[in-house]
Amino acid sequence: MPDKGLGQLGDGLLLCAVVVYALAMLGYAAEQASSGARRRVTSVRAASSVLVGSGPPVTVPAETVTVQAPSRAGRAAFVLTCAGWIVHLTSIVLRGFAAHRVPWGNMYEFSSAAAFVAVTAFLGMVVRGRIDRALGAFVMLPVVLYLGLASSLLYTAAGPLVPALNSYWIKIHVAAAILASGSFLLSGVVALLYLLRSRFDVRPTARFPVSLGRQLPTAAALDRMSYTIIAFAFPVWTFAIIAGAIWAESAWGRYWGWDPKETWSFITWVLYAGYLHARATAGWKGRKAAWVAVAAAGALVVDYYVVNIFVVGLHSYA
Amino acid sequence: MTEVDEATRLTTQPAPVQQPRRGDPFGPLRLGWRQLTSMRTALLLLFLLALAAVPGGFLPQSKINPIRVSEYVRDHGALGRLMQRVGLFDVFTSVWFSAIYLLLFVSLVGCLVPRTRLHLRALRSRPPKVPKTLKRLPVSDGWTTERPVDAVLDDARGALRGWRVERRGSELSAEKGYLRETGNLVFHVSLVLLLIGVALNAFYGFKGTVLVTEGKGFSNTLAFYDNVQPGRRFNPASLVPFTVGLKSFHATYADDGKALTFDADIDWSRAGGATKPYDLQVNHPLVINGAKTYLIGHGYAPHIVFRDVDGTIIDDSPVPCLPQDAQFLSTCVIKEASTKGKQFGFRGVFTPTTVTDASRRVGSSFPGLRLPALTLVGFTGDLGVDGGTPQSVYSLDTTSMKAVDGGQAHALRPGQTWKLPGGGSLTYVDTRQWATFQVTQDPSRRVMLIAAIGIVGGLLLSLFVRRRRVWVRAGDSQDGPTTVEVGGLSRTDPERFASEFADLVSSMRGEQRA
Repeated sequence: MPDKGLGQLGDGLLLCAVVVYALAMLGYAAEQASSGARRRVTSVRAASSVLVGSGPPVTVPAETVTVQAPSRAGRAAFVLTCAGWIVHLTSIVLRGFAAHRVPWGNMYEFSSAAAFVAVTAFLGMVVRGRIDRALGAFVMLPVVLYLGLASSLLYTAAGPLVPALNSYWIKIHVAAAILASGSFLLSGVVALLYLLRSRFDVRPTARFPVSLGRQLPTAAALDRMSYTIIAFAFPVWTFAIIAGAIWAESAWGRYWGWDPKETWSFITWVLYAGYLHARATAGWKGRKAAWVAVAAAGALVVDYYVVNIFVVGLHSYA
Repeated sequence: MTEVDEATRLTTQPAPVQQPRRGDPFGPLRLGWRQLTSMRTALLLLFLLALAAVPGGFLPQSKINPIRVSEYVRDHGALGRLMQRVGLFDVFTSVWFSAIYLLLFVSLVGCLVPRTRLHLRALRSRPPKVPKTLKRLPVSDGWTTERPVDAVLDDARGALRGWRVERRGSELSAEKGYLRETGNLVFHVSLVLLLIGVALNAFYGFKGTVLVTEGKGFSNTLAFYDNVQPGRRFNPASLVPFTVGLKSFHATYADDGKALTFDADIDWSRAGGATKPYDLQVNHPLVINGAKTYLIGHGYAPHIVFRDVDGTIIDDSPVPCLPQDAQFLSTCVIKEASTKGKQFGFRGVFTPTTVTDASRRVGSSFPGLRLPALTLVGFTGDLGVDGGTPQSVYSLDTTSMKAVDGGQAHALRPGQTWKLPGGGSLTYVDTRQWATFQVTQDPSRRVMLIAAIGIVGGLLLSLFVRRRRVWVRAGDSQDGPTTVEVGGLSRTDPERFASEFADLVSSMRGEQRA
């Protein structure tokens, strides 16, 4: 029987993690704002030098924009993210102990685990120098929303699994799906930021939200980041679908039945495959490919929220 | 193509479509074929495929849920009928969806064949010649040394261990990462294999479902199945001969009604073989010579006894009722056609844990058997079963029947009897359960497994192996120091390649100093 006390402790810790993540988000935002103010001075200076010169208008050189001023707020935000990550991990582990099973048996738990993967990927890439800490605010915002939605609307108390889910495949299929979803979530954010930044590069005087592009890494760097994440997540997603098909074969007697969840996973897969091809095709590189990545992340969201909540299918568990 | 272009091309991706020569009679065909196999077309078809699948992800599909489809069509009138006509409820078997994926696969094969040929050639060939100007490459370096050319090139070869190295005169060409394209090709070939597997199952596979009440069984022959989906070329003789008997079915539930376990306690035997017991569970199908038997559903079958006006028992059997909600409120139909007088029909609900609300509506509050009741309305007259038109056992046609007791519903508990006006009676004896089994014979399993391994393995290779080239040129002047030039090229992950290149260079130079 599920352990109620332990489950409640886990739920409480998840709320704590959300609060800490939200604080971290504010820290990153403060860092952005302060460095943005500083940078506005440099860009004004750069702009004036353009006016003095007689050549064609020059965009602000990338170097002056990506200089990362070390900020106390930013460092504090990073420490808070790490602290939140530990609390989050503890909450997931407690969930598992409370329910005596893997902690990803329903939508509430899946959301928590996928957000955990996104934060883990972000932290890991910051530590390895493959992503800019400045993106923290943009990463934490969807994570906080995602977790907030999970703890309010999708909340399910710790409990046992329905028989169809009671298989060792839940460890494999769902773990892979979580790993891929969390990563895709992160890549979707980065692709949106790329679109913002590349728009800013063309029209540096545009208003909010394009003006946010000033504080972002270069478009090329963002493009690389989003590709790196998708190149990692795509094989994992492929594996998750195949593992799901093998599981479906043993639980429902067929590999593939175009159940709404299967259909949307397929759409997501095809769109990410499209992204990988687009990025290598002349005329599709850059913004078009990024839009494909955003659309694919959108399909993933539909696959997750809309299919589970509004469409009747075999995956309607929670 | 210039020499540098040839050397720096790192993929076998086809060149953009070119106009065919004038006067070529097959020109338009050739152009069409090149268009179809071009990356842009493939990309377009991929997006079309995703788009075409969208209605299948939102609208009910008749393969999965025919009842919801007919409800949808009924509720949407002319629009619903139009949607049905264009195949929006059968997206994945529709002409347009099939056209898109078939075109995509044709385009894929058309792209794979030349690429495979190119790649096989590349695998056998030597790394390309050193480009004229190494400085123009993305990464390059140069230095001078006192060592002779041969020693320099030997050192370079030592640093390039694991690379395919080719020496031409005083130049060295090296290449690594051929597995990237191998993986890419394996991935795409495996996709084709997957489609072949799907076709194999569609032609030679078999799927049948059968409802069995406790104490009964079935044989794996067409006659026993309630519903069969044979492949287009399926031969009934290829059905594996075996029989299954359902001894009992057990379900356990949590207090909130969520199902915990389903077990079908069965006996099975091959034709003429010994009977063996098996505990059939949801994730554990029974496999007999490649035929898999699954437990896919369950429900209740109240056991009833019907006595005719003279008291003779003319029916003594369980009546399978179809569950309608998660608490197993189930609809039941009982038909008594072999009476001496008027025929009887009953329609109603079975509720495993019966609750009655303020307006006297019967419901169930728990899926387990806590307070079972059979609530029926009776009809008498002509069932319409003797006319020869086939009828579902789960529906009752009351057009030529009259309601018993003015349509008053009777709730029966186990052991209770409803004495019918004018003689005869219906007794609800006890409750049995039924289970639905699905038997699947799928000849594509092995092909699918190979395809799945190829897809994941090929994908990993094609995304994580990096193909790169390094060239070394040692200036062989007769006297004075040797000048060494090194250049490198990689299309993927330039940052990582830059650091790898720096390591290579320092290893080439370090060994020279030692």
